[in-house]
Formats: sequence, C-alpha cells, structure tokens
Amino acid sequence: MSSRDVVLGRIRAALGDDAAPPAGIPRDYRRGDQPADLDLLVHRLEDYKAVVHRGVSVAETVAALAPDPLIVPPGINPDWLPAGVEVLHDDGLSADVLAVAGGVLTAATVAVAETGTIVLDGSPDQGRRVISLLPDLHICVVRADQVVASVPEALTRLAPQRPLTWISGPSATSDIELNRVEGVHGPRRLHVILLEASDHE
Amino acid sequence: MSTFLGMPATAPRGVGNLRGDESFPAAARKALGNDQLRRNLGHATTTIRAKSGAVIGELPDWQELRSAGSALKAATMARLPELLLQLEENVTRAGGVVHWAADANEANRIVTELVRATGEQRVIKVKSMATQEIGLNEALEEAGIEPIETDLAELIVQLGNDKPSHILVPAIHRNRSEIREIFLREMPGVDPALTDEPVVLAGAARRYLRETFLSTKVAVSGANFAIADTGTLVVLESEGNGRMCLTLPETLITVMGIEKLVPTWQDLEVFLQLLPRASTGERMNPYTSMWTGVTPGDGPQSFHLVLLDNGRSAVLADEVGRQALHCIRCSACLNVCPVYERTGGHAYGSVYPGPIGAVLSPQLTGVEDNASLPYASSLCGACFDACPVKIDIPSILVHLRNEVPHPRTERAAMAAAAYTMDHPKLYAAAQHAAKLTKLAGHRLPPPLNGWTASRDLPEPPPETFRDWWAKR
Repeated sequence: MSSRDVVLGRIRAALGDDAAPPAGIPRDYRRGDQPADLDLLVHRLEDYKAVVHRGVSVAETVAALAPDPLIVPPGINPDWLPAGVEVLHDDGLSADVLAVAGGVLTAATVAVAETGTIVLDGSPDQGRRVISLLPDLHICVVRADQVVASVPEALTRLAPQRPLTWISGPSATSDIELNRVEGVHGPRRLHVILLEASDHE
Repeated sequence: MSTFLGMPATAPRGVGNLRGDESFPAAARKALGNDQLRRNLGHATTTIRAKSGAVIGELPDWQELRSAGSALKAATMARLPELLLQLEENVTRAGGVVHWAADANEANRIVTELVRATGEQRVIKVKSMATQEIGLNEALEEAGIEPIETDLAELIVQLGNDKPSHILVPAIHRNRSEIREIFLREMPGVDPALTDEPVVLAGAARRYLRETFLSTKVAVSGANFAIADTGTLVVLESEGNGRMCLTLPETLITVMGIEKLVPTWQDLEVFLQLLPRASTGERMNPYTSMWTGVTPGDGPQSFHLVLLDNGRSAVLADEVGRQALHCIRCSACLNVCPVYERTGGHAYGSVYPGPIGAVLSPQLTGVEDNASLPYASSLCGACFDACPVKIDIPSILVHLRNEVPHPRTERAAMAAAAYTMDHPKLYAAAQHAAKLTKLAGHRLPPPLNGWTASRDLPEPPPETFRDWWAKR
C-alpha cells in the first residue's frame, strides 16, 4: 500500500461515508470592479517606505537615481533608459553580477491601491525573479491602467501559471524587539514611478 | 494491537516537536518567574494587537471576509481527498513531483533522500511551521546535511541553540543585547565591534547570509497556501529570505500539511486579505511568492512537493476538533491570550503555542500525550474573536477536556459533588460545612490541594440562601 493510498484512505475514513455536502460560501465581501484610487496607492506605498514619483519622465528619474550599472529585463521599453548610465540587459546575467549592480528597472503587471502592492509576473518587461531581488535598488514603473482597487481584482488579472512576486514596500523585518528595519535580504530601496495618461510615455 | 493502515493516525512519538518534556503547569511556573520574558512578551503582544486592530479597522467587510474564510475552509476539509488529487495533478502537469508522507518519519526520509540525490550537503530554509513540527533540521543533521535557517528570527533561534517561542516572531523572547551576544558568539566572520542596534544586527545577518544564498543549490520551504485548481504554491514573508530560497537554488523542496489547500485561484482573495492583517498587522506583507511547478529559465528547475499527514487525519476524524485544521498560522490568538502573554511559547512544549496550540497539539499527538494543554486556557474567548477564520477554540478546549484521562481524586470529587447535589439534606449539610473552611484559609487539604495551588478557594457566603429563606 503506497503512502498516497494510506493518507487518502485515512482522510476518507476520517470524513466518514456520509460526509455532509460542502456548505455554500458566503461571498458578501467586496468583490467585482471598483474604481482604483491612485492617491490611495501612493499613500499606501509611501506608508511602507517606498518612494513614489508622479508626473515625471522615467529616463530622467532613473538617471537622477544613478544606479550604475542598471540591470534591465530584455523587454524593457527603450524610451525609459537614461543616457549616461551603464545599462546591462539581462540575458542570463550571473548572480554575482546582479548582487553588486547599482539597481534594476522593471515594469509591473498589476498594482493594488488598497494594500500598496505591486505584482511582477515575469513578462519580458519584468524579467526573471532574481533581477528584482539581488540589486539593492528596485525602480518599478506602474501604469495607471494597471492599478486596481483591491486584492480580488488583482487576482482576476493575473495568470497563476506565471511565477508571481507581490511586493509591498522594500524588504523589512521586525524580528528584533519588533523594531522595523528596512532591507534585510531583498532590495533595501523601492522607487515607484507612476505613469498617468497625461504623461505621454 | 494492529491498526488498519487506512485509519486516521496521530503523529508518532520520538520525532518532531509536538510534545514537551514536562506538563504545561510545570513549564509555565518556570516561565512566570522570568521577568525579562514577560516584559518582552507584554510589549510584543500589545504592539501587534494595536497594529492589527488598526488595519483591520480599515476594511469595511472584515466580518464578511472571516465568514467566507471559515466556510471556504470547512468546504475544503469536506472535499479534501478530491482537492488533494486535483492539486497533485496540476503540480505534476506543471513539472513538479508530488510525494505523500504519512508521518514525520516518512517526510524526513523523503526530504533527506531528495537532498542526497542532488549530491549537496547544505540546504537553505524558509521559516516553516511544518518542518519545525516534524523536526526536519534534526533529521537532516543526522544525515550529515546542514540546514541553515534564513529568516532572521529563526537564525537567532538556531544560532542560540534555542527553540522558537512564537509562530510569527519566533525570537520574541530575546532582546537586542541577547541577540548581539548570540551573533558575536556564533556567527562566522561577524564584526567584533557589532552594536545592539536592530539595523546593525540585521545588517550583520544580511552579510552572513548573502554568500550562503548565492552558493547553496537546494532550498526547503513550507507553504502558506496551495491552490488545488491551478497547482500554485504561495509563501508570504517580509525579509526577502523567502524569495532568495524560492528563486536562487536549483532544487526546491516544499513540505506542506494536507490542510493548507485552497480550492480555487480566485478563493485566494479571501485569505490574502485575512492573513497579513490578522498576523503582522500589515495591509500586505512585503513579499508574497507564487509559483506553479517549474518555469524554464526562472527559478528552481526541480520542484518537489511533500504532502504531510502526521496526525492531521486524526484531527479530521473529530467532528468538533477538526476546525483546528482551518488555522492559517497567523498567531492572532497568541497575541490576545492572557495565558500566552504570561507564559510565552516554550511552556506549551510544542511548535504550536498559544490557544491554537492548546487545541492542535493534543489532537495531532493524541490527547493523552498533551493532556495538560486543553487546560492551558482561561476560556475567556478572546482567541475566538481574534481568529480570522473563526475557529471556535474555546469549544474545542472544553471538548478536549472531556477526552483527557482525569485523575482519580478529581473523578471522585466530581462524583461526590453530583451525589450531594442530588440529595437536599446532604447539600444543606455541605453548605454549613463549607463555612468551616474559613478556618482553613484559601487552601484545600490533600488530595484536593492541587486545585487550590493555582486558585483561591472562594469565600463562602455568611448566610446560605436556604438559611435566609428559612427565616422569611
């Protein structure tokens, strides 16, 4: 008898033959499309120690942060790349190179206003998970049409088959006397550039 | 006695961390004498309660989310075999390998063999209650494999040769100067000029672990959720050590209890709102990683999922107690419990402390192996109110107290009380006799002194109701 059969047999025995049919799930909580509040997203991101830039040029903002060298995923929008900064396109860069980079620039897939969360899904303009993990600075570009109000709408827009990384502020710990410390293992700094329709990017 | 293999079974003895060396009252007595521990705990629970209350207050539909979470978990348990098979199919289709472990011994053996097959002698670990429960680190060490905890608190516990004391913040019993001393003594290559500032201590851990992350080829994790209809695994964390372990190594081995299932992808919308707010008091934890099997060119190219029973089927067999399996390990019940706040986690003797531990541990091990835990509660009900999936912990505690083998003196006393109350003359005599205990103070004589050791005997009234009535 395989362990699979043992475990499944035990569970079936525990539930009994006349297990009650599953009860219905009350879905009285908020779901369905609600208007996304960009100001709320900015407030929530800043509350979690991310720096937010609005109404700016991506290339100029990246240049001002001076991440040298700047790691970018293969499908990054070339208009976002600043002149005068060394740019390394990720074509399988080694972890050692990524770990000492000045920063990484990625796009995003979805952002959740209510929680101040950005989701990356590994698309060509977001790249492998590791590139937004090892550099100390992550610059993430979010378009206004990617912002949803709350978690249920975000899940509706995401493809679970992709590797997903949900980011709410920079890496943080509260393990020492509950003092919040930013930057333990992931990026210590998170900058978000919010692009609105009027930005013409 | 022979047991049919397919019958629900409790977690085996001699392995893992579900049973303490002493009873709760004995361990609690020691903890109560530790002022530093009580100060740390009082500060921690008060702080987390305030943060959690504030962010829960921001949601207009918190109670509706709790009801949905509770119903989703009940529906999951009712369909567990079907959903586990669905998960297995979807993980396998996405390139993962699924293993089934009947208990801690088997899970440890599976993981050890998987690590051996890679030829590696070191694994990095994401904080995981399931692997703590089965004593995986001890099993790996015995097999000559070095497990390295990468969560800062777990690292503090591991370097301090200590045990975790809280589900969420395992090193909460340590203060900054103790942590500095542990780092100076145990962390290779640490700067001797280390101060006890939290940011400096965290920086030391970052430097120490970075090289390990970049050079270790196997990682072991738990899972917060597993989605049956997509085969997706979900881990919530804050530091990024989880992302490191889940992204950098070549092989990833995830150990999860069979109760961690969520039926559908969209159902995750309920738990992703409940867990961070109830747990760390954040709207969302800094990092959540989700992966489905393997993704070519991104992350581990070899993924193994170990599905663990280890007593869960026995919990499921108890119609009252099975809702303990709904637990999403947020630790909200610890932070509101007046008993936990004073004794801390170690007194419970299990990796699952606090109110949820007082019901989960005795059910996983069989109540005779943790007979004092159902009494490690004042039954005040604060844990029920705090639970984001509405587990009725007080009712399970009362239910389990009835399963505990009772000492002979207590049974005799209860039988005598029942007999006396059934006989009016005896009852009146007993009430008069009770007044005499005023002479004895607030302690009962042996063999009943155990009861008054931790309680004051109530003052008998100056006049019984019967006497008062007789005079009217």
